[in-house]
Amino acid sequence: MTTLDSSKEIKKDNNDVSEHHEDFRIFGLITFLVADGMTFAGFFAAYLTYKAVNPLPDGAIYELELPIPTLNTILLLISSATFHKAGKSLQKNKNSDSQKWLIVTATLGIAFLICQIFEYFNLPFGLTDNLFASTFYALTGFHGLHVTLGTLMILIISWQTRSKGGRITNQNMFPLEAVELYWHFVDGIWVILFIILYLL
Amino acid sequence: MTISIDSQDSNTKSLQPKGWLRYLSFSLDHKVIGIQYLVCGFLFYLIGGTLASAIRIELASPMSDFMPRDVYNQVLTLHGTIMIFLWIVPVVNGAFGNYLIPFYVGARDMAFPRLNAVAFWLIPPSGLMLVASYFIEGAAQAGWTAYPPLSITTPQSGQIIWIMSVLLLGGSSIFGGINFIATIIKLRRPGLKLMQLPMYCWAMLGTSLLVVLSTPVLAGTLILLSFDIVAHTGFFNPVLGGNVVVYQHLFWFYSHPAVYIMVLPAFGLVSEILPVHSRKPLFGYTTMVFSIMGIVVLGLVVWAHHMFTSGTPPWMRLFFTIATAFIAVPTGIKFFNWVATLWGGKISINSAMLFSCGFIINFVFGGITGVALAQVPFDIHVHDTYFVVAHFHYIVYGGTVFIIFSSIYHWFPKVTGKLMSEKLGIIHFAITFIGFNLCFAPQHWLGLNGMPRRVAEYDPQFQFVNQISSIGALLMAISTIPFLINIFLSIKDGKNSGDNPWNALTPEWLTSSPPPVENWKGEAPLVEEPYGYGKPISKEN
Repeated sequence: MTTLDSSKEIKKDNNDVSEHHEDFRIFGLITFLVADGMTFAGFFAAYLTYKAVNPLPDGAIYELELPIPTLNTILLLISSATFHKAGKSLQKNKNSDSQKWLIVTATLGIAFLICQIFEYFNLPFGLTDNLFASTFYALTGFHGLHVTLGTLMILIISWQTRSKGGRITNQNMFPLEAVELYWHFVDGIWVILFIILYLL
Repeated sequence: MTISIDSQDSNTKSLQPKGWLRYLSFSLDHKVIGIQYLVCGFLFYLIGGTLASAIRIELASPMSDFMPRDVYNQVLTLHGTIMIFLWIVPVVNGAFGNYLIPFYVGARDMAFPRLNAVAFWLIPPSGLMLVASYFIEGAAQAGWTAYPPLSITTPQSGQIIWIMSVLLLGGSSIFGGINFIATIIKLRRPGLKLMQLPMYCWAMLGTSLLVVLSTPVLAGTLILLSFDIVAHTGFFNPVLGGNVVVYQHLFWFYSHPAVYIMVLPAFGLVSEILPVHSRKPLFGYTTMVFSIMGIVVLGLVVWAHHMFTSGTPPWMRLFFTIATAFIAVPTGIKFFNWVATLWGGKISINSAMLFSCGFIINFVFGGITGVALAQVPFDIHVHDTYFVVAHFHYIVYGGTVFIIFSSIYHWFPKVTGKLMSEKLGIIHFAITFIGFNLCFAPQHWLGLNGMPRRVAEYDPQFQFVNQISSIGALLMAISTIPFLINIFLSIKDGKNSGDNPWNALTPEWLTSSPPPVENWKGEAPLVEEPYGYGKPISKEN
């Protein structure tokens, strides 16, 4: 994985140690994801407080059905697995396999978004109907924004993993690893969101 | 996996403008970015200071005769927001952090130089946007806390611009925080252990953890608030079934740690300055480190002490009172360590030292009123009065701003290679110290006697004390003049300082002043004892 870089390192190593350091881009990304997770934590805390303190007013409708979100949970969990497959294939230098798995992942992401929009259109309440409706749309919407960004990034890296002329190879796995980490994070958030919003 | 410094980086660097023009460019050099933060922050400080003067002029008389009430509210909101988000947070974190941390860890730059430049360049546009909102339909009027329902019912355009501006500044702060954590944890020169780092690194590590953990919560909250304003949802609007107290909880989950985001770096900076000017090792290094980390942990679980009058249940009051009182322990340890550092030292009375000592005096006073405010019965009595105003100005101005000035006097020779005038520096200190205490000490009395804050008018019986306070504010405004003259004269024809005018041992002084582009001519020095004063090693230097 580091053949190219380590050869450079040997050449320069005698001159100056501080020119080289380990790759901490993933570390930076993890720090960012912690921050991003805290935004969700704030939303969850608000939602749970509302549930504990603010009763649903008379006549207000806030009912959720399980089939679509359950399907969405399964879609995202599978997409995490397919993304993992893409990473493994690239490690074995199989770029076209990797690209295929990435496209499968992106398709699952798009399917998730379509289901989400379908659910939005079939819910018996709108954004401003009541407090819980607003919180529901804010939470799922903010998560959906993350899925949208993730899907776009997956499409970009799947283009960049093409066999000829792609910039992502098994010597330059960082973009794929970074998006993979982000995608697992978004999946994890969805699982928490599913439990808190739909099951509790 | 290892990576080497991108060759593109050095190409871009050579293409960038030389001289003062590089301070207006998208520079990736941490030293340039540090100065950008400092100068940009100082310009906003002048704006915020002008607004503060306007407030004090208004309060010199009991009626709102200098400006209308709604303008007063706008001025007050802008003053708070500018001072916190555009002056103190960027300067005490961004400016000194960017300038010093790479030296302290023995690196040539920050971990993510491009992210660093992006973080800085988010600040001027969002600051200008915030100031400009005054001229559109009036700036936000709900104070820097933007409590709903006030922030929902006041004119919308100003409040929305305020939210967008604070979101951008929060983003800048988070990017900076990520960068500092990565630099301190991952970019240390080989052989340099965590417990050998100068104290400012520890302070910045703690601060950055707070930034990363708490700022996103504020961002989420402000997004919900903007939904309430624009889309008429009811998250925080009781009329629509929402809950205002949830906003307060989420807001203070950021904004109490924000106090530590403003003051922890100052703790770090004063721990750098005192040993150098008293020629003694920093007292109690290990306890200092654990105190900082203790403050970080406790700082995250005390937010509701701002909300004792918001219908908090008794168990919550009890918990937050005790947790808040506990913060006095690590803070007290730090205070005694600083005094013990000075004890028996060979103290040089110069501007940097004077401002640091001023910090210690003011800060302990602000700390004592802080412990008092943590007690529920007392807090309910003085809630939303001038006592609170006095308390937090003793922390953020008497504490942090004094240290910003102290640091400027201390590191000016590092940045420019020239000495500042001590005469003007001492005049600056004297006027600032007298003006500051004259301005804010009487406000404790005003608060105890029930003068509410954030109101343009007050009971005429308070006029005399308010006028004393206004005279103090006038002195504070005047104190900026000798400082600015000093800066300009010293840059133009200050005495040559040499590389290390203070004979300091921390790593930033072991290179030339001003430092070369990538900090060190050769390899970065390994400084195992940054405070080894009075030992054989300091004789060699």
